[in-house]
Amino acid sequence: MSSIKIELRQEDVNKIREICASFNNDPQELINVLHKCQEHFGYLPAEVQEVISNELVVPVAKIYGVVTFYSFFTMTPKGKHPVSICMGTACYVRGAEKVLDEFKKELGLQVGQTTPDGKFSLSSLRCVGACGLAPVVMVGDKTYGRVAPDDVRNILKEYEQ
Amino acid sequence: METIKLTIDNRQVEVPKDTTINKAAKELGIEIPTLCYMELHDLNIENKPAGCRICVVEVKGRRNLAPSCATKCEEGMVVTTHTTRVLNARRTVMEFILSDHPKDCLICPKSGNCELQTMAHQLGIREIPGQEIAAMSTYKKDTSPSIIRNQDKCILCRRCEMMCNTVQTVGALSAVNRGFMATVAPAFEQNLEHSTCTYCGQCVAVCPTGALTEVDHTPDVLRALADPTKTVVVQTAPAVRAALGELFGMEPGTLVTGKMVTALRALGFDYVFDTDFAADLTIMEEGTELLDRLTRHLRGDKTARLPILTSCCPGWVNFFEEYFPDLKDVPSTSKSPQQMFGAIAKTYFADKIKISRKDLVVVSIMPCLAKKYECQREEFSVDGNRDVDFSISTRELAAFIKQANIDLNNLEEGEFDAPLGESSGAGVIFGATGGVIEAAVRTAYELYTGQKLPRLDFTELRGLEGVRSATIDFDGLPVNIGIAHGLGNARKLLDDVRSGKSQFHAIEVMACPGGCIGGGGQPLHHGNSEVIKARAAAIYTEDRKKPLRKSHENPFIIKLYEEFLGKPNSEKAHHLLHTKYFDKKKKIIVKQ
Repeated sequence: MSSIKIELRQEDVNKIREICASFNNDPQELINVLHKCQEHFGYLPAEVQEVISNELVVPVAKIYGVVTFYSFFTMTPKGKHPVSICMGTACYVRGAEKVLDEFKKELGLQVGQTTPDGKFSLSSLRCVGACGLAPVVMVGDKTYGRVAPDDVRNILKEYEQ
Repeated sequence: METIKLTIDNRQVEVPKDTTINKAAKELGIEIPTLCYMELHDLNIENKPAGCRICVVEVKGRRNLAPSCATKCEEGMVVTTHTTRVLNARRTVMEFILSDHPKDCLICPKSGNCELQTMAHQLGIREIPGQEIAAMSTYKKDTSPSIIRNQDKCILCRRCEMMCNTVQTVGALSAVNRGFMATVAPAFEQNLEHSTCTYCGQCVAVCPTGALTEVDHTPDVLRALADPTKTVVVQTAPAVRAALGELFGMEPGTLVTGKMVTALRALGFDYVFDTDFAADLTIMEEGTELLDRLTRHLRGDKTARLPILTSCCPGWVNFFEEYFPDLKDVPSTSKSPQQMFGAIAKTYFADKIKISRKDLVVVSIMPCLAKKYECQREEFSVDGNRDVDFSISTRELAAFIKQANIDLNNLEEGEFDAPLGESSGAGVIFGATGGVIEAAVRTAYELYTGQKLPRLDFTELRGLEGVRSATIDFDGLPVNIGIAHGLGNARKLLDDVRSGKSQFHAIEVMACPGGCIGGGGQPLHHGNSEVIKARAAAIYTEDRKKPLRKSHENPFIIKLYEEFLGKPNSEKAHHLLHTKYFDKKKKIIVKQ
């Protein structure tokens, strides 16, 4: 029996309801609703999914299924500077995995995790459309091309102050 | 009807448009193996994700192999079901599935009754290439009061997800994650106990492997039987006698009432009683409640809530507590027969044999997994002593009988013990959808009109249609009756009640498709709905054979009221035989 109580601030609940209402509370619009909610909250914690479930009348298990299926959705808050390493074919064959390993080592993170101070998060993605620059790394909106493992420390330095 | 001609394995067949290759092959007597696919034809239930690819066939002119469960026949199609390419593909698919499946068949609760095991055997798999380099996905095990989830054994057939969402509309289970970590789980991969699960057990009833099984309570029962200080009584639900024989090689629909009684006595139970007795008692209480609400309603009393909803089914009770808590004053307050039996056994009967309730152990044999949870509900115990101590399923009973070296086939017919073993035909039909309301009509009609019923078989209330309705003439008063089995069907009727559109005076709901005969604790039907139909027929046969077929004519029920309860819905009856319901809907609390 479900007995978990959900704690959210009223303004957060209102915001989720507003987003759902903007899609007419249509269960078919679940993915769009999730996109908008993630845009607003930065991630999709269980509480947010529970409220969406109530509004769209979709089982929360189903919503969790969608959130865990698409790699774009995340249930952990992203860092202030989200680091994404492209693992698409072109980047991969030009050594993206070694670059990723270096980021893991430097930040002490696994893919999908965020540093305790909330500064950096690490993710991998598939093709940013800059294959000519492979391997490609993105930090926030900034793109770095032809990244070698040796460059990793310098890239991170830019964001340390 | 538009038809299509095609060739399967060099033989011509003509089938209606939209028939799948798999079904067309069946017409020719060709059984293409399937694994994820499952159909309960008469119940309108079908699982067709085309996910496992065991059922692939070769279609002339088509580049890739076609999943026969999901590919529709086309005019002039030429299909072969057992070419080298097909057989190799099937074996490879099976090897992949098995490469990520535990190999502990010897100690798996599903062993011997596992569709994956059967298929591996049928395909002649003798080794699993690449296994030494492959990792095995591991998930945490989850034990709830009724159901055990061992997702390491999940093959992602999605049958449980289909039952939980499409048929039951409970939405506790969903496919989650992707790739290697993909599985079926409740939201946030919490335990079932914290999900919206109603413990109906329909996921267990369709799981082809050992991923979903029941919690086995036979060791507790064995311990009680071995304890010389305990008197152990057993009650058997109506649907059990219509299905138990299947697990001893008998034809579906074979009634084994007498043999079951003998087996239970041989197992060492001190008294072998019948839940059907308590079903008769339920009719007395629920029928009286119906008549009370109905007459108050007819007098214009606005507080009389109609329709009245039956409350025998614990999966159904869990469902409305979760999804319709605003309507929790609508169902009958009568406890289920299992719990009425427990309450009477631990008071009236314990007094009769002069022992205290803590020295009396009540065991129930149920076709149901939700009953395990129900008997653990706090309100059904007195000072920590449960009214029903343990509930075991039809499947667990069969295993228990076999462990005791008893062959059900060779037993004499036994008789239930008195006084809690006597029942009318009305108590028996509780086991099939429509049966509770038919039993209630037999009694309510006579109590309301003061006349003898001109007929006892209300065939208009029977059948497997998901939602049924009928109007029964109570000597000039038309009583509108609704019936739903399967929680998705129940939801439709409940939505009407909520919006005030419902025209029914009484509604019967059973959580499982077919009623208790299709319960989550019954022998596995493996997608054969004929099995469920045969069990229903057996239930109605038992009813016809009974000398008494109306609950209020059961002499032991009459005696129970005279000696102990007074009259139906009396204060004592209310205290022992009625219950209340709780709002279990998840709350959204706003942080201050």
